Amino acid sequence: MSDIKKFMYVNRTAPYGTIYAWESLEVVLIGAAFEQDVSVAFVDDGVYQLLKGQDTSELGIKNFSPTYAALGDYDVNKLYVEKESLEARGLTIDDLMALKYEDEDDDWAEKDSIHVVPAAELADILEQQEVVFSF
Amino acid sequence: MSTLHTVNKSPFDRSSLETCLRLAGKGNAVLLLEDGVYGAMRGSNASGMVETALSDVSIYVLGSDMKARGVDVDKIIDGIKVVDYKGFVDLTVEHDKVNAWL
Repeated sequence: MSDIKKFMYVNRTAPYGTIYAWESLEVVLIGAAFEQDVSVAFVDDGVYQLLKGQDTSELGIKNFSPTYAALGDYDVNKLYVEKESLEARGLTIDDLMALKYEDEDDDWAEKDSIHVVPAAELADILEQQEVVFSF
Repeated sequence: MSTLHTVNKSPFDRSSLETCLRLAGKGNAVLLLEDGVYGAMRGSNASGMVETALSDVSIYVLGSDMKARGVDVDKIIDGIKVVDYKGFVDLTVEHDKVNAWL
């Protein structure tokens, strides 16, 4: 497959209460496996997916939050968090997992995958996509 | 790239319409369908944001879903266009992609 498209996955739900967040992560990994140009957005309650310190041990269900840290290894390093959604929930980027990737075009320098962007900028990023999946 | 956004939930049940309108690009189209048609009605707590959005985006509502719910054309915010299923198909063809908000 040489036909690479720009795929955006928009996440608007919190983890664990429903299956959407986990399903989205699976589909993101599928997109990455097919070597597509993948971006992921976290909006509304979707920002809760990236909170640090998730521990589901007392629920008996899988804590899938460590998977986000693996996204960089699949070249998924464009994670956009909407600033308004973050602030509305009293959160800052310091409350989120510090997700990094190694930039092969820059001598494997470690860089941040998460970008906090205002709604207007995220709207522009959405405009540039060829396919949008909403979760 | 022009986008058709679809919203199928009431603005009083979910924030999908509000978020869609916040993130839709200038000149994009928004189609309200299923329970989303309630967002097209005049005089509700959600009408203000929809009326404001009309200066940046085109808003459409699916007539069959309005009719099924007893939402009369007279109750629709000025500037929102009612479309039938054929119009829905035309909208999907006219735009580069569809963003189906959940």
